[in-house]
Amino acid sequence: MKFSEQWLREWVNPDVDTETLAAQLTMAGLEVDAIEPVAPEFDGVVVGEISSIEKHPDADKLRVCQVDIGESAKLQIVCGAANARQGLKAPLAIMGAKLPGGLKIKKGKLRGVESFGMLCSEKELGIAEDASGLMELAADAPVGISIRDYLKLDDNAIELGLTPNRGDCLSIAGIARETGVLNRLAVNGPKIEAIAAKCEATFPIRLDATDDCPQYAGRVIRNIRPDATTPIWMQEKLRRCGIRSLSPVVDVTNYVLLELGQPMHAFDLNKLNGGIVVRHANAGEKLTTLDDAEHELQKQTLIIADDHGPLAMAGIMGGLNSAVEAGQTTDIFLESAYFNPLAIAGKARAYGLHTDSSHRFERGVSPELQVTAIERATALLLDIVGGEPGPVIIETHMASMPSRSSVKLRQQRIQRVLGMDIPTESIAEIIERLGMQVTGDAEGWQVIPPAFRFDIEREEDLIEEVARIHGYNNLPDTHPRGAMAIQPQTETMVSLKQVRQTLVDLGYQEAITYSFVEPRLQAELAPGDEPFPLANPISADLAVMRTSLWPGLVGAVHYNLNRQQDRICLFECGLNFVKQDTEIKQVRHIGGAVSGSRFPLQWSNQTVPVDFYDLKGHVEAILRMTGDMQAFRFVAEAHPALHPGQTAAIYRGEQHVGWLGMLHPGRQKALGLSHSVYLFEMALAPILQRNVVKYSQLSRFPAIKRDLAIVVDEEISAEKVMQCMKKAAPEYLQELELFDVYMGKGIDSGRKSLALGLTLQDLSRTLTEEDVEQSMNNILHTLQEELKATLRE
Amino acid sequence: MQQELEHLIQTAQQAIVDASDLPTLEQLRVQYLGKKGEITARMKMLGGLSAEERPAAGQLINDAKQAVQSTLEARKATLQQAEMAQRLAAESIDVTLPGRGQVAGGLHPVTKTMERIEGLFAQLGFSVAEGPEIEDDFHNFEALNIPPTHPARAMHDTFYFDNGMLLRTHTSPVQVRIMLEEKPPLRVLAPGRVYRCDSDITHTPMFHQVEGFMVDENVSFADLKGILNDFLQQFFEREDLAVRFRPSYFPFTEPSAEADIQCVMCGGEGCRVCSHTGWIEILGCGMVHPKVFDHVGIDTEKYTGFAFGIGVERLAMLRYGINDLRLLFENDLRFLKQFN
Repeated sequence: MKFSEQWLREWVNPDVDTETLAAQLTMAGLEVDAIEPVAPEFDGVVVGEISSIEKHPDADKLRVCQVDIGESAKLQIVCGAANARQGLKAPLAIMGAKLPGGLKIKKGKLRGVESFGMLCSEKELGIAEDASGLMELAADAPVGISIRDYLKLDDNAIELGLTPNRGDCLSIAGIARETGVLNRLAVNGPKIEAIAAKCEATFPIRLDATDDCPQYAGRVIRNIRPDATTPIWMQEKLRRCGIRSLSPVVDVTNYVLLELGQPMHAFDLNKLNGGIVVRHANAGEKLTTLDDAEHELQKQTLIIADDHGPLAMAGIMGGLNSAVEAGQTTDIFLESAYFNPLAIAGKARAYGLHTDSSHRFERGVSPELQVTAIERATALLLDIVGGEPGPVIIETHMASMPSRSSVKLRQQRIQRVLGMDIPTESIAEIIERLGMQVTGDAEGWQVIPPAFRFDIEREEDLIEEVARIHGYNNLPDTHPRGAMAIQPQTETMVSLKQVRQTLVDLGYQEAITYSFVEPRLQAELAPGDEPFPLANPISADLAVMRTSLWPGLVGAVHYNLNRQQDRICLFECGLNFVKQDTEIKQVRHIGGAVSGSRFPLQWSNQTVPVDFYDLKGHVEAILRMTGDMQAFRFVAEAHPALHPGQTAAIYRGEQHVGWLGMLHPGRQKALGLSHSVYLFEMALAPILQRNVVKYSQLSRFPAIKRDLAIVVDEEISAEKVMQCMKKAAPEYLQELELFDVYMGKGIDSGRKSLALGLTLQDLSRTLTEEDVEQSMNNILHTLQEELKATLRE
Repeated sequence: MQQELEHLIQTAQQAIVDASDLPTLEQLRVQYLGKKGEITARMKMLGGLSAEERPAAGQLINDAKQAVQSTLEARKATLQQAEMAQRLAAESIDVTLPGRGQVAGGLHPVTKTMERIEGLFAQLGFSVAEGPEIEDDFHNFEALNIPPTHPARAMHDTFYFDNGMLLRTHTSPVQVRIMLEEKPPLRVLAPGRVYRCDSDITHTPMFHQVEGFMVDENVSFADLKGILNDFLQQFFEREDLAVRFRPSYFPFTEPSAEADIQCVMCGGEGCRVCSHTGWIEILGCGMVHPKVFDHVGIDTEKYTGFAFGIGVERLAMLRYGINDLRLLFENDLRFLKQFN
């Protein structure tokens, strides 16, 4: 809500400057978003009257005016505006004037004729975006006075960012009420009196949807002057509140909306048929609204109709066919209704509309305002367009009018909720100043909120009012007291924090990517998953929920490869959204994407591209924190997005927990990635369970180390070899480490050499040479039997 | 004999002093003091002397041996020292060359900020809870006192799915979930991703919030102010940071407030960041609305509670001087590495 400070001060004028006033409003919950002067800086502009005008001798488009500014001699002004004419009063910038933007007015010569100033348009004064000619001032504007004084331009437009509960402040009257409360001042609005009917003309009103529209007031005004114009003071007030002047009748309804907060509508009486009916739309009914858009009306939409069909969307926007036309309309029908906020809420949005009217009705317009508003509008109209008002007709369905039930308020409760003892008198005073009726005492006041407050339902609402007016910052800052219980801190779970830190230590940067991704990227990286699409995505490339962290991570790799990064290590942690039957599983995962060199470029390491085993090392570093490494298995399996020869499924026991591998080179190419990318992803929950360490005894006897180099077929996995060795080994095998893998010269093609180190140590005795010999022979024998291994020559 | 010995000593000492390395010195030791050395040979000749001559001669030879020995040791020490010096000189390296190995990466500034927030509230016994990001209408709106017709829904540009589910627009539904499952006293922090259908210079369709709430028998608005005041001052490590509370409106709190801090960029003088007001809006908060308690079955006469919602990106941007929100989700390594 944007309003004119001057207009507010006509109602209530606290002795504080603009900034203080704004701070008061902000701290009372009516947040001031902006304060702007209503006109830019300028001076030396006065009201001038063109007393005579003649053609310029040497220019077709210029004319020479003699302008009266109340001094004995008239000023000669050369002017090119089309609307310059004898008798017109317009702003005149005299010599020495400074216009907005710094233009200084000096004596000039236009095509040989001297000019002693400049007649101005609204645009030149900076009070309108553009203008077609000179600003036309009222005929009674006093010649010679400063235009700033005449138009009262030393004013500010204050913009409030109102919260949806404060619909009561969407008017000058409402803001004035708050300002009065905050400054302990009485509010003096204009006197609004009932205007007696001058004719008998009425128009029938029937309420068919009484729950949604329990009250509707109307009035006919006949014989208005169709050629009347809106006075400049009203145009200016509207402008300062952000509303464009359209025609006198519309301007008056807008003026009342701004002043009192009651949205009104004026129909051209001669375009109405039969009578007004307020009802719900029927299926298939159509309405072309004032903005020239045709709408197919939805069934629950509340409309104003006549015998021929819909006239307006109630509380939202009028229809084009029944609209008042400037210059044409002579008889009008004024509408001032109370609509149930629930009947309007969300309706405008459903039609893609948002109007000053719907904004107010959905927040609640006082049900006591309809007749006042119609009287106010009548008075203004009679002044501006004349005419003969008929009587005010009002239809009310009392049973559906909002009830004003009383709300309990206890001082003890205020103390408990706010943490401060506010004196009884202060509380009562605040509540009363806010227009509430109070009975009872501090043990239990009964408070009836005023009709314009739709947000006071419970005790807490009143407590907020007390706190707000008392001032939040006048409440103390305290610390809550509670039981000092120790929180659980389990050792049986690896924390996500530890996992993240491990990856950071390994050189990873954490990425955060959107949870919704491009469908194509999703399909490339998680083929087979059916992603969950958003009904209203913000753009086509953020349209489906990710089923894997890879689309986001690969997108980030792509972004960085395109920015000449030669080493990319990224990880992300977050939910994946996987459809399972009709349910959506939201499962926390951790994933990584690596591309480029193994180490940052450095003088003492060769630049080697990262490979599968680097990534596997990283994954193992995470899994090792469980203290249960032997439960994890890496199994060569196929994943449609990964390289068929460089993919491992990760298992903990029998549970599949994730994937590790090289992005399929075909997909890499399809995605336009210049380098190989290695990926891993694991569900978090199954890899975080940790065993609490159980100490195992150390041996006091010497350990014996033996190396074994064997040759096996290339297809036989290292895991198989080691499992076979462990099976054949005695229980005193303490460690088994693979320290070399070799293929090539000296080894038959199709075969590979593995070198393994064994540490043998018994808990209870020193092993003899024979023990060791026997064990090694057993192992070798089993390897030969089961895997066709040979000892390497 | 004395003369001869003195000559021998002189020759030997000269040779020893001239010896340029340890092997030469060792040769000289053998030559003079070894089993077949010149001085040793003379010792052996003592046997041929008379008993009267023997002591004096023995004394002389012994002195000669001592003299050569000490010269030898002195020279040895010198040469060893020189050799060590040479080795050390040879082994000198350029210590300014960078160290070898992996360079640690870092956490995203949003995560850093969330961890910082969690750390500060953990001191007060707030535990961390999580909830689903695809939510239902009940938890995201209805239970938080935002019925379908509520104007506040318009402020929550919500992402929907065809089945009526939605992406949570705030972390407050976690509040509902926890309060449905657990009984007071409660001190919970719920950090996480939230989504709104809005994208421009100051909005991204996904961002992060930390929801915090406390429910107990005597929790007041003054407590809320006290805790948030402390939190903001400790977060920015500015004991004198001014904090103010303004009345505001959230359907799920009453009274509701927004907290502003004195602009950390200009110190309250007014700058672009604070739109020349000197204040920066930092979080929303309030006392848990009794209707929310009604929805989750908590006795409003027995318990009161406060809740707050912190915009993580805003705090991160202010803390680290980031001037463009969108940088946070581009994952540009040049940006991310600045926080390592």
